[in-house]
Amino acid sequence: MNTQALPLIHYRALDLSDEKGFLCGRILGDFGAEVIKIEKPGGDRSRNIGPFYHDIPDPEKSLYWFAYNANKRGITLNIETKEGQEVFKRLAKDVDFIIESFPPGYMAKLGLDYAVLSELNPRIIMTSITPFGQSGPYRDYKTCDLVYMSMGGSVYIAGDADRAPLRLSIEQAYLQAGAQAAAATMIAHHHRQTTGEGQYVDVSIEESAACSAHLSSFFWDIGKDIAKRQGSRVFRGKVSPRIIWHCKDGFFSWRIWVAGQGSKTKAMVEWMNSEGKGADLQGIKWEEIDFGEITQQQLEDWEESFTDFFLIHTKAEIYEEAIKRGMILFPVNNAKDLREDEQLEARGFWKKIDHPELGTALTYPGAALKSSKFYYGVRHRAPLIGEHNGEVYSHELGFSTEELIMLKEGGVI
Amino acid sequence: MKGKQALEGVNILDFSWVIAGPATTRYLASHGATVVKVESKNKLDLFRAYIPMASGIPGVNRCATFDAYNNDKYGMTLDMSKTKGIEIAKRLVSWADVVVENFMPGTMERWELSYEDLRKIKPNIIMVSLSMQGETGPRSKQAGFGTELQSLVGFTNLISWPDRIPAGTNNAYTDFVVPWYAIVAIITALDHRSRTGEGQYIDVCQLEGGAMFLSPALFDYTVNGRIAAPSGNRSPNAAPHGAYRCRGENRWCSIGVFTYQEWQSFVNAMGDPHWSKDPKFDTLLGRKQHEDELDKLVETETINFTAEEVMTKMQSLGVAAGIVATGKDLHDDPQLKHRGHFKLLNHAEIGLHSYELPSWRLSKTPADIRMPSPLLGEHTHYVASKILGMSDEEFVELLQAKVFE
Repeated sequence: MNTQALPLIHYRALDLSDEKGFLCGRILGDFGAEVIKIEKPGGDRSRNIGPFYHDIPDPEKSLYWFAYNANKRGITLNIETKEGQEVFKRLAKDVDFIIESFPPGYMAKLGLDYAVLSELNPRIIMTSITPFGQSGPYRDYKTCDLVYMSMGGSVYIAGDADRAPLRLSIEQAYLQAGAQAAAATMIAHHHRQTTGEGQYVDVSIEESAACSAHLSSFFWDIGKDIAKRQGSRVFRGKVSPRIIWHCKDGFFSWRIWVAGQGSKTKAMVEWMNSEGKGADLQGIKWEEIDFGEITQQQLEDWEESFTDFFLIHTKAEIYEEAIKRGMILFPVNNAKDLREDEQLEARGFWKKIDHPELGTALTYPGAALKSSKFYYGVRHRAPLIGEHNGEVYSHELGFSTEELIMLKEGGVI
Repeated sequence: MKGKQALEGVNILDFSWVIAGPATTRYLASHGATVVKVESKNKLDLFRAYIPMASGIPGVNRCATFDAYNNDKYGMTLDMSKTKGIEIAKRLVSWADVVVENFMPGTMERWELSYEDLRKIKPNIIMVSLSMQGETGPRSKQAGFGTELQSLVGFTNLISWPDRIPAGTNNAYTDFVVPWYAIVAIITALDHRSRTGEGQYIDVCQLEGGAMFLSPALFDYTVNGRIAAPSGNRSPNAAPHGAYRCRGENRWCSIGVFTYQEWQSFVNAMGDPHWSKDPKFDTLLGRKQHEDELDKLVETETINFTAEEVMTKMQSLGVAAGIVATGKDLHDDPQLKHRGHFKLLNHAEIGLHSYELPSWRLSKTPADIRMPSPLLGEHTHYVASKILGMSDEEFVELLQAKVFE
């Protein structure tokens, strides 16, 4: 497997984004693009997002920063100064992608919008990741992860019916937006490869949250039905099966299947029978049942008959039987379970990445995929503040030492 | 639609079903790739028999969920249990640039359509598999759906009240993570092929893709030994921070107050209620310490207004707030309307209804939805004659031999 010459190695990206867009550049970087993270002098504010290495709140120790800025190099540049803008333009002449997440209009105010940059470099693809896109009635609305996920439709359907609807405790909106922006950027890239033409890509975080929510939109569109939250049950129209169950030492996901998938329920009943349990479930022909023809009460009565059996077994025991018997069942895991997971271990998911500045190596989640040709995934840690200023400004842009000092003293880099 | 579309000329042979694979290829189709979706009448895409069905009447062409992930694709039926069916699939491989599938690992091998088999037909083929746990490893062959798999990844555990059984996302969340990675991988592979003539095999794993979206929490464990716990709707650096009940039935508005200035604006927007003057709420630390009480007090205010009113009031003073949108609210959202997120198209059996565009707008080659999802076997003849150049005699012969089932 070729870990050196990655396929996107021929391309360079300037990444001006904050946490709203980190993942976009990270994904391009995973595939080999040379991504230069540009921060304002002193470092990006998003370096203050926790958790932190050993819980030390320090801009060089943000694990959030590490996670989504790995595989990038880093320079500092104050694009709010005239000199900084000139330097940025020099960089932009020779790059393939620009990623930014400033408020709409900000880049135009600095004279660095797509109209200007595409004059300098017609092949450029500029991707903007903003809360609601570049225009529209909510363009300037204030937001946060909870607000995006709420407006996008995934919050309403999650949580217990007797309490407020819920979001995921680990923020998702910026990751969805960043990953979707990477997909969009590459679609534009393909067009450039075939025509030579660059373009502007406008990504809305609200819309990307909507694109990661399923169900509610079609239930309304087709049936004028509102999909609702029902705790650990999944909304399936007329009846809603339990999807999360208690066991001896935790929880797991499984549901009663009927009709075409009824054999999967039979497999569970067979296990129970093999341990002398589940007598009241014997004789039920799961394959012949149609969810459209039973009541919620009937379903819950059946579910009741499984409850005690699950409580005498551990998560590990249940999962082992499920795999053996071909059931669709997975344990409810936490971070520790994942770190110890044999499948991830066997696939080499975890990567040790050196952090010389901390005098140690940290264990990283690796990548979402594998290729028969390349190693795609984390290769090196995120940049320190201005770590590659020398490399980029002197070696690649050809600034003299005097110029560098001048820019430094002028607060430009 | 004027000019060339971004992915015009890219041919995709799509064996995928349910969400992760079809969602991936649907975005490519919306940008002009030619996608041929192959189904078998004896092994239908499960979503053809899913919910909701148009007008509640079951039918293989009536499911909205299937329709949502398969627009702009050509649909052909092929009986893969017949030698001739596999032979035609192989002819399509010669036509394709990319083959996509998301069956349980092992299925494509049984049809002699593994990557190694495909390479013999077309050496530079790009093949993408999107599976639950990857193509290798001890559990690669365990079947599943994103709805359950998200528990294995760690999402379910993190969508919960700390004192309750986890609620989970009520969604197949991992299916909405991997398509983005798969799209980048496919276009990167096309780029590499154009440069070197080489194809490749890409193994997209929902377990790993999902885990990438939990990286900060995983790091917190590998580095600090801390196991992330669910926090309801709370945030370590904001209070109030939650979904608050508003006037009406099951109506909610989410609000997040991070800075002191935002707190003052929030109080102002609520009309300076007397309780907000309590000095214990002056600082974020104080508000976090008395957050249960604070949340109850906030709700005594929000309940008097509609969710839309609360959002507008908050936003007018610069406080992050948004309604907790139902399916109906998504269709009514003025911002999504402004972006043209929903596009109406007539489906032969489902009728006129809306399809969703992606979250991105490309200035020169925008995505478009031109064709509803295929009826079962709708384009079998089109694919056979126009793509494979099959003669009418051969087509009829195969039809009679029930190969197109």
